[in-house]
Amino acid sequence: MENFKLRNLFLVAGMLIAGWFAGPTSECAAQEKSLSVQEIVDRSNLAAYYQGNDGRAEVNMTITDAQGRTRERRFTILRRDTKDGGEQKFYVHFSRPADVRNTVFMVWKNIGKSDDRWLYLPALDLVKRIAASDKRTSFVGSHFFYEDVSGRNPDDDKHELTETTGQYYVLKNSPNNPDEVEFSYYQLWLDKQNFLPIKAEYYDKNNKKYRMVEALKIETIQGHPTVTEARVTDLASGGNTVSVFSEIQYDLGIEDSIFTERYLRRTPRRWLK
Amino acid sequence: MKLKLGVLLLAIVFWSSSTVSAAETKDWREGLPFNLHGFIEGGLGIRTQNDPNQHHDVNYSELRLQLEASKALESVEFKLRLDLFRDEALHEFNSDLREAHATFTPSDILDLKVGRQILTWGTGDLIFLNDLFPKDFQSFFIGREESYLKAPSNSVKSSFFFEMFNLDLVWNPLFNSDRFVNGERLSFFNPFLGRKTGEREEMSSREPETWFKDSEIHLRAFKNVKGYELALYGYYGFFKNPGGFNPAGEAVFPRLAVYGASVRGNVLKGIGNLEIAYYDSLKDPRGTNPNVNNSQFRFLMGYSQELLTNFNIGFQYYLEHMVQHNRFMANLPPGAFAQDENRHTFTVRLTQMLMQQNLRLSLFTFYVPSDGEAYLRPIVDYKVSDAWSATVGANLFAGDGQSTFFGQLDDNSNLYARVRYSY
Repeated sequence: MENFKLRNLFLVAGMLIAGWFAGPTSECAAQEKSLSVQEIVDRSNLAAYYQGNDGRAEVNMTITDAQGRTRERRFTILRRDTKDGGEQKFYVHFSRPADVRNTVFMVWKNIGKSDDRWLYLPALDLVKRIAASDKRTSFVGSHFFYEDVSGRNPDDDKHELTETTGQYYVLKNSPNNPDEVEFSYYQLWLDKQNFLPIKAEYYDKNNKKYRMVEALKIETIQGHPTVTEARVTDLASGGNTVSVFSEIQYDLGIEDSIFTERYLRRTPRRWLK
Repeated sequence: MKLKLGVLLLAIVFWSSSTVSAAETKDWREGLPFNLHGFIEGGLGIRTQNDPNQHHDVNYSELRLQLEASKALESVEFKLRLDLFRDEALHEFNSDLREAHATFTPSDILDLKVGRQILTWGTGDLIFLNDLFPKDFQSFFIGREESYLKAPSNSVKSSFFFEMFNLDLVWNPLFNSDRFVNGERLSFFNPFLGRKTGEREEMSSREPETWFKDSEIHLRAFKNVKGYELALYGYYGFFKNPGGFNPAGEAVFPRLAVYGASVRGNVLKGIGNLEIAYYDSLKDPRGTNPNVNNSQFRFLMGYSQELLTNFNIGFQYYLEHMVQHNRFMANLPPGAFAQDENRHTFTVRLTQMLMQQNLRLSLFTFYVPSDGEAYLRPIVDYKVSDAWSATVGANLFAGDGQSTFFGQLDDNSNLYARVRYSY
C-alpha cells in the first residue's frame, strides 16, 4: 500500500532540500531590469533546486482534509547534486506514521530521460522499482505533487513575465503539452532578491484558480535563503498540507554511494540523526 | 463458534485502540532503552464454499500482536521482531519470530547481517525464480497481510561492495523450507495419495535437518548500470517445498541447484524486468525418477506502468519448462498425473488509489491457460487514520484440474477482513 503513496516522493524531495526552501546565496543583490524571462527562469531553477552540493532536512508534513482530519508524515531527506542544474539523487527515509517506518524512497533525477525510482519495504526486505511517468499525483497522500518538489522542468512550459513589482517577478507559465497536466497555466511569484518561488497559483481549463502553493517561512541557513515552511492548498476540496523543514544542513559531503541499494536495505544512520 | 470468536477478537482490537489512542498524547515508550514499535491486528477469514476435507469454514481467525524492538550501538545494530498471536482457527496460542539479528560493518566494503531475517531479491511480482528464501504460502492464501508471504530464515548474510560489482552471500547453516500448504488449513492434492487431502491427513514430510551438512547457500552478484539493475544468481540447497516422495509416502526435499540472471529498469513509460533461472534437480539429473521433480528452465518477463493518475497496471508472463519431459513421461507410473512440458502463467495487477491515496483497490490475477486455472486476489485497503487501517479481500481459486497448482486449492477460496492498529 505504501508503494503507491510513496511513489511521488521525489517531488517532495526536491522541494525539501533543493527546491522551495533552498534559495540562492550569492545572488541576493538586486537584479537589473534587463534580465530576460529565460534568465529569470533559469536562475530561479538553479537557485531553488540546486543549493550547495548536497543537503539534508527533517520534514514534518501535516495533511488536513476538508473535514479537518489530519494525518502526519515524517521523514528525513538527503539530496546530492550530480551536476548543478542537471542530475540529482534523493534519499527519503520515513519515520512516521508507524506503518511506513523505515520505508525508504530513492530517486535518481535524470535530465532528458525518465527518473529512476526505488522503494524499499522493510517488512519484506523488498527493493521495488517504481515507474516515474506521472509527476502530478499526490506525494505520499499529501497535497504536494511530486513535481512541486523536485521542480518542474522549466522547458516543459512557456514563460511570460506579466508583472514586475518592487518585490516580485510575476510569471505566467503555460504548458507545452496541455494534455499531460491538469492545469491550463500557473502564476508564479519569484522573490527578486533571492529568486525563491514565494507563491504559485494554478488555474484550470475554465480559468478558475483551484490550487495554491505558498512559502510560509524563509530562513537563511549557511548563507542560503531557505523555505522552512510551505503549504499547498487544494481550493477545490478544501484540504491542505503544511510541510515544516528542520535540521537543515548543506554541503555535508554525503557520498554518492549512499544513493544505492546498499543503503536502501541498510539505513545510513550517520546521515539520519 | 469460531466465527463468533473471530468477531470478538475484532471487537477487542477496536476496544484496545480507543484506550491506546487515549494514552497516546504522552508517548508511553519514552524512557525505554530501545525503540519499540509494532501493531495489533485482528483478522478473520471464511471459506466461500464447503470443503469436504475440512471441519470448519473459518480458516483464519486471529488476534496478533507484533513487537519490534531495535537498538543501534556505535558499531552494531540489533533488531527483534516478534509476533504473538491467538490462532482461533487452530485453537492455539502461537508465536512467530520474524527477525532477530545483528548488523555490522567490519570493513567499508562489507556488511554482515547475522541471525533470523527476512530476505528477498529478484524482480518478479509475487513470482519468484531466483529468490529461494522461504515463503509462507499458507499465510498468503488465507488472507494474512502480504508481507507474511516471506518467512524468516536463520542466516548469515555477507554483502560485499566492490568497485566493479556487489556480491551477496547468504549462508543458512540449516535448510529452511517454505511454509507450504500441507492440509492443516488449506486442502491440497496429495500426489502420493492421488487425491485431495485436508486436516485429517496432513502431509507428513521429512526435511533435511542436520546442521551444516544440510545447509543452503544463496548467491547474488549485482550491479547498477545507469539505472538498469543487472544480477546473476546462484543457489545450492534443496527444493523449498516438497519436490518428491520417499517410499513411505513422506514428502521429501531433494537436492537442488539454481543458476539465474535478471535485469530491471525503465522501459517506455514504465518498469520492465526480465529474469531467467535453471532449476537443476541434482537427485534426478536424467529426469527418469518419477519420485523426484525434474529439472526446469524458468523465464519471467514483466512490465508495469502508471497508466492514469493513481491507476497502475502490471503484466507478467512466466514460463516453467520441464527439461526432460519425454523421460518424465516415459517413467510416469500408470495413473499418475502427467505435468505438461510447459506451464505458462500470465499475471495482471491493477491498482487504483482513491481518497487522497487513503483508499486502495487492487486486483492481482494469476491465469494459467496451460492448466486451465486461475487465482484472483482482490483487496480493498482503507487507511482510517495514521494508526488505523482496515482491509477486506478474497483469495479465489478456480480450475478444473484437481492436481494443478491453483486448481487443487479451489475448495479453499475465501473472504477475509483485517483491522490493524500500528504503533
